[in-house]
Amino acid sequence: MVEAPQTGVVLEAGTVKAGPRAQPARRGHTLWRFARRKPLGAAGAVLVLAMTVMAVFADVLATQDPVRTDAARTLSPPSSLHWLGTDYLGRDIYSRIVHGARVSLIVGVASTLLGAVVGGVAGLLSGYVGGLTDLVTQRIMDIMQGLPLLVLALVMSAVLGPSLGNVIIAISVPVIPRAARVIRSSVLAIRETPYVEAARALGVSHLRVAFRHILPNTFGPFMILTTAQLGSAILVEAALSFLGLGVPEPYPSWGRMLSVSAAEYAQKAPWLVLFPGAAISLAVFGTNLLGDALRDVLDPRLRQV
Amino acid sequence: MRTYILTRLMIAILTLLGMSLVIFVLMRIAPGDVVDMIFASAGYVDPAAKAEITKELGLDQPIAVQYIRWLGEVLRGDLGKSYRYDIPAWQIVRPRIPVTVELAILAMLVASLIGVPAGVISAVRQDRWLDYVMRVLSLAGLSMPSFWLGMVIILLLVGSLGWIPALTYVSPFQDLKAHVLQFLFPALAVGYRSSALIMRITRSSLLDVMREDYIRTAYAKGQRERVVIWRHALKNAFLPVITVLGIEFAFLVGGLVVTETVFNMPGVARFLVEAILWRDYPVVQNLVMFIAVVVILANFAVDILYGWLDPRVRYG
Repeated sequence: MVEAPQTGVVLEAGTVKAGPRAQPARRGHTLWRFARRKPLGAAGAVLVLAMTVMAVFADVLATQDPVRTDAARTLSPPSSLHWLGTDYLGRDIYSRIVHGARVSLIVGVASTLLGAVVGGVAGLLSGYVGGLTDLVTQRIMDIMQGLPLLVLALVMSAVLGPSLGNVIIAISVPVIPRAARVIRSSVLAIRETPYVEAARALGVSHLRVAFRHILPNTFGPFMILTTAQLGSAILVEAALSFLGLGVPEPYPSWGRMLSVSAAEYAQKAPWLVLFPGAAISLAVFGTNLLGDALRDVLDPRLRQV
Repeated sequence: MRTYILTRLMIAILTLLGMSLVIFVLMRIAPGDVVDMIFASAGYVDPAAKAEITKELGLDQPIAVQYIRWLGEVLRGDLGKSYRYDIPAWQIVRPRIPVTVELAILAMLVASLIGVPAGVISAVRQDRWLDYVMRVLSLAGLSMPSFWLGMVIILLLVGSLGWIPALTYVSPFQDLKAHVLQFLFPALAVGYRSSALIMRITRSSLLDVMREDYIRTAYAKGQRERVVIWRHALKNAFLPVITVLGIEFAFLVGGLVVTETVFNMPGVARFLVEAILWRDYPVVQNLVMFIAVVVILANFAVDILYGWLDPRVRYG
């Protein structure tokens, strides 16, 4: 989700055939200007890109099988054979971190998107229809937001049982009310604009007005929300897996690499704790930097500042 | 003011009712119940014995009946019995509350002591290198899982001082120094994260206020920068900071789950995970409702504080 605008631009620049020729160049220029004006945001983009590359090419980048255990080499320190050492089962930490990027990214992106889309549609309808629909939707969102994110995700994951898909759903649930709030408030503003009135006067149906005319204009807030939530989704996944309620074996997950059983060996083998945590922190740091910069660029209220 | 509080109270009660219903239903449609958990380690079990316990706990009834029965008990002040420990749920939960609350308060204290000054400095030096350093440091705080930070702190402490976190809770009346040590490091680990949030909101809110006319007036009449910022600007910039403090406090009570696990603290949050894993419904229900009440109270306190701090705020 985060790198979508970039890959979109790159693809377009390469494949665009018809249409105004100046556009790809101008878009590229915008990207360059973004990097110049927001160096921290560009650094974040690089980190996110690095994580994506790691996730996509995990099989190539990993030096060992991430799930193969080796009883002869448990808890061995970083070496030329095991770059970041091995864990208590003799599994290669470096390869597990590379493959863990895949799990973190899939869970993070999928849960954020799922929550943002469900919440976004709820917010769109609630803001556009108004009245009783709005009131009822808002009260449901109140209930969902009355619990801390992690607690809600914990309850959800316990209810659903451990599996990759269920963890995604569990983490997406707390995102729903946040997305609904953001989209609703921008829909409320857009609903009153003259062009919406004009569309209605032309006889465009409510459904079409809502989805074709209003929804695209909520893209800015939507992007800000999803990048902001992506980092916290990755953190929640790590916490759930740490507690043993997250992504199950055999997927290597950064959170579970830190889990209680690994913590027991922390004194003997600090690399067990240091590297997976650093991976989580860097990934979330990247999305946060990028999210901040995107918010500055996309939020018109902050643009003049 | 009175109508405002009454309306708020009504909404709060409705929210709590809705939440209790959602949690109640969710926990019961979850695969497996406490009876399965109890017998899971026993090997073969007589189905009749299982059915008897299920009946005794009332788990054979329809969910609606169970919920209404539960609601009636709560209204009479009975919070139910823990399935697992066979003692009133409240007896297990109550001693754990002070641990979590103390940890949350200490963490907020750490967060404000770091976050507010850092935010002010960052705003005053906007877009200079010090601002950049502060912003990167605060974002780093938001990016690190606080339980990982806790693990690293423990690693460093054991490595350099040979200090090992206490395995059991130390009461302040028993040994104050050990108690403080036990709470200090988790509070630092969690507080760093919250301080990042507070720093960011202080910075942006102060930047907004600094653009107001009365600040220019204060400068124009020759007041020193320190007085303008700390006496004039910060007062008005503080409202959003209060909001974030309130929300953070409420969310810490639940968010401490993992930190309490890392530092071996017998708090509410950690117990929630255990209770969920054991399908100990009365305990889960109580803990979740407790967290919900804290969230609602914190929001309410923030709103009341608003009116007290800013006479412009009126309750409709």
